[in-house]
Amino acid sequence: MTIDWNHFTPWASLAGGALIGLATALYLLGTGRVAGIAGIVASPLRAWLQGNSLVPEINRLLFIAGLLLAPWAWRLLAPLPAPVVDVGTPGLVLAGLLVGVGVRMGNGCTSGHGVCGLSRLSLRSLVNVLAFMGAGFVTVALLRHVF
Amino acid sequence: MINALLGLASGLVFGLGLILAGMAEPLKVKAFLDLAGAWNPSLALVMGGAIAVGLFAFARAARQARSWTGTPMEIPQNRSIDRRLVVGGLMFGTGWGVAGFCPGPALVALGSGSGAALWFVGAMLVGMVLHDRFLTTTLSR
Repeated sequence: MTIDWNHFTPWASLAGGALIGLATALYLLGTGRVAGIAGIVASPLRAWLQGNSLVPEINRLLFIAGLLLAPWAWRLLAPLPAPVVDVGTPGLVLAGLLVGVGVRMGNGCTSGHGVCGLSRLSLRSLVNVLAFMGAGFVTVALLRHVF
Repeated sequence: MINALLGLASGLVFGLGLILAGMAEPLKVKAFLDLAGAWNPSLALVMGGAIAVGLFAFARAARQARSWTGTPMEIPQNRSIDRRLVVGGLMFGTGWGVAGFCPGPALVALGSGSGAALWFVGAMLVGMVLHDRFLTTTLSR
């Protein structure tokens, strides 16, 4: 293993993480809900497909709106780093399908199990985090160093 | 009303945190996942920073029956560790490793107008619906 010190951004990443924690705290203490993005997306999607009212979902829909607006707010202050990817459209679609099915089956993602689950010391969440981190490490190793 | 606005504010701050942290850059995420290459450990600090704040929030929430806006605290009570939890995590991690996107950062990238994020998020929504239609009992006993 070699560490890429040139692109290591400890303070920005730590501060960004603290902001994520702050947003999680605001949502939890303010609305009583856990800020898991997978659930925040899946819940209104399910309500809409089942023909249920979206009124109980307004707070989640606005959370999503906040995420979508964040790059615009960022651009007022600083240039936005471009979200460059190194896979083509088929790879993105495959990845999206895997993430969509996986976060529903495992009931959470980097935020719900990662940030929230680990913050409340949930063993269940730790197991999920170890599974997705492990799979992420193995996938990148295979794609970059084997195939 | 205040409850809804708290949703908007939380989403906005969450998204700004993701951008500042570097999570909205898929190549940086993949550099973190690339243990065998030139490893960039930055993103471990994102989780560290978030949990450092989150620990206090969840400790406080555990002592309160209601939120500031009077809604009940909805802390997950599920403690079961089963195959669905593990297989779901493995599938999610595989997709995360392929694209470098997880759900939150993908939505932030979508907001910035990224075509790649549009494909990813579209497929993610399809995946969620496919799961909820056909796979809700798969691997459960």
